[in-house]
Amino acid sequence: MGMLGNLRKTTRSHILTYAIVVVAYVVLQCLVSTHSISYFLGGLLVPVCVYVCLSISLNLVVGVSGELSLGHAGFMSVGAFSGLAASICLRGVVGPDPLRLAIAIVVAGVMAAIAGIVIGLPVMRLRGDYLAIVTLAFGEIIKNLLNNLYLGVDANGLHFSMESSRALGLQRGIVIIDGPQGASGVDKLSTLLAGFLLILFTLTVVLNLVNSRTGRAIMAVRDNRIAAESVGINVTKYRLIAFVVSATLAGMAGALYAMNYSTVVPKKFDFNTSILILVFVVLGGIGNIRGGIVSAALLTLLPEMLRSIGDYYMLIYAVVLIVVMIATNNARVRSAFDALRDRLRRRPGDGPTLSAGAANGGGTHEQ
Amino acid sequence: MDFLTNLINGISLGSIYAIIALGYTMVYGIAKMLNFAHGDVIMVGSYVCFVAMNSLGLSPLVGVLLAVAACTCLGIVIERLAYKPLRQTASLAVLITAIGVSYFLQNAAQLIWGADPKSFTSVIPFPSVTLFDGQLVISSVTIVTVLASVVVMVLLALFVSKTKLGKAMRACSEDKGAAQLMGINVDATISMVFGIGSGLAAIAGVLLCSAYPTLMPTTGAMPGIKAFTAAVFGGIGSIPGAALGGLLLGIIEVFTKAYISTELADAIVFALLIVVLVIRPAGLLGKVSHEKV
Repeated sequence: MGMLGNLRKTTRSHILTYAIVVVAYVVLQCLVSTHSISYFLGGLLVPVCVYVCLSISLNLVVGVSGELSLGHAGFMSVGAFSGLAASICLRGVVGPDPLRLAIAIVVAGVMAAIAGIVIGLPVMRLRGDYLAIVTLAFGEIIKNLLNNLYLGVDANGLHFSMESSRALGLQRGIVIIDGPQGASGVDKLSTLLAGFLLILFTLTVVLNLVNSRTGRAIMAVRDNRIAAESVGINVTKYRLIAFVVSATLAGMAGALYAMNYSTVVPKKFDFNTSILILVFVVLGGIGNIRGGIVSAALLTLLPEMLRSIGDYYMLIYAVVLIVVMIATNNARVRSAFDALRDRLRRRPGDGPTLSAGAANGGGTHEQ
Repeated sequence: MDFLTNLINGISLGSIYAIIALGYTMVYGIAKMLNFAHGDVIMVGSYVCFVAMNSLGLSPLVGVLLAVAACTCLGIVIERLAYKPLRQTASLAVLITAIGVSYFLQNAAQLIWGADPKSFTSVIPFPSVTLFDGQLVISSVTIVTVLASVVVMVLLALFVSKTKLGKAMRACSEDKGAAQLMGINVDATISMVFGIGSGLAAIAGVLLCSAYPTLMPTTGAMPGIKAFTAAVFGGIGSIPGAALGGLLLGIIEVFTKAYISTELADAIVFALLIVVLVIRPAGLLGKVSHEKV
């Protein structure tokens, strides 16, 4: 370790996390510029970045704040549609594409933050599985509303309708969101570089938040709500902070996702997508940011890799999911792993940890 | 008359939700887990009944019985293989496993029966009932659905409150350790609950597909989520709560579709759920647990 040995353990762990992301980006960028990456895999690079961001942001709620959220795709969807609306409105106004993408992502973040606050305020009254079901309900509500939202723009500004695109009354304008058909003709502004920068941004926000006074308060609330309350921590405030920051980051990732495709439909951001992100977080180890990044990247690529097997690939994916969950959580299997680890005489607790229970990448953390 | 027709349709849909919600709530009560694969068990039950009737040419009653038997076995096997190894661990791990099971069932169904929608023939061979000089037409499916769900609920209530196995079930959901010390076989009891819940799901699946006759590998997903909502609505873990929640959810859904908006019906139903939970954080009939310091 040498020079790094003098640093604090958490700092070292963070440097390692950043290093993994940077190295992965450099390798991928080299592969892309030398054209040694398949067309198919090339199309997956931005989605991988998006899911990594979503995994990091959901980890803030599930791992750090200890709440189960089943509606993360809802925030992604709010961000996706507000982001692409912003990018279409700025067509011709803002010249350089990267700047337009950046503005769109910021707009997406703001809109998702507003959604996060609106949803978070009632949700924070609830706990445990009830909170989970309400986030699920909000996810479905957002999907349902966007499915019936018509948005267009012309010289007079933006027009909304909940009925049909004709009801917008556009004068030579363009329909941005066309109800269930979603948005088409989206500018494909997303690039691997943008994805990489967004991952770095998300990572910086979450890691700094976790290691701040606020982050410690959030974790105190998670570990023992009553004890935290008794030392003067405002429970609702800190739970809400984690929830809203997570929603904002999810919205930004959603904008990046939307601008990777020419057509985006509201149906894409359904319950299954929320669950997919949750699977990344749980498989990576709840509260373990680095684990979440790796599992998001692997699990996004895995179904595509397995596609060559043919019709059975999703079946195998499901079996892998079940087997991995059992292998990493079953007490007997875990103790066998621990024994093996002791024999290899590795230092215990080598992993980057935010929650004590998730030290070995498993999900022993109690809700 | 429109009002009455809608009310009857609502009760019919609500009865189906209630039967599915009973499965959710029983499993939650005893295993403290959200069984996301429950919706897909409904779908498997419907396919079994479909195959029995259309490919094997069996009578509808035999088809339903086969579906119930198959789903009961399926529920027990799923519990043994996927959930039992994780019984002592955090609830999130089991939740993800349940999602894995759900993916598995959906994709297995797609491989076996294909992704194309099948048109399900109703299992109820009676004509509709016409009342008030043709102003009110009640389909036989509706009548059978309501009757079946009443029978199921009464039987289940009797089973849980009167029989020894029902008592064991209640004991396990109260305190597994103490139940084991009293000589109750906890593993067998949990298996039994999964079996009963999945058997109920098969009945619900057949009724659902008789009323809405499109059958696909994803047929169970949305009713599953709705019924899950219904279970929480009534207070998850409570059997009367699930029945009440399911019934209310069905009625509200049908009325919203009829009088407010078809497209926004789902959003309104879920918004109502949120309002109920914000006012009563443990659902309508759920027990509010007070934390002691």
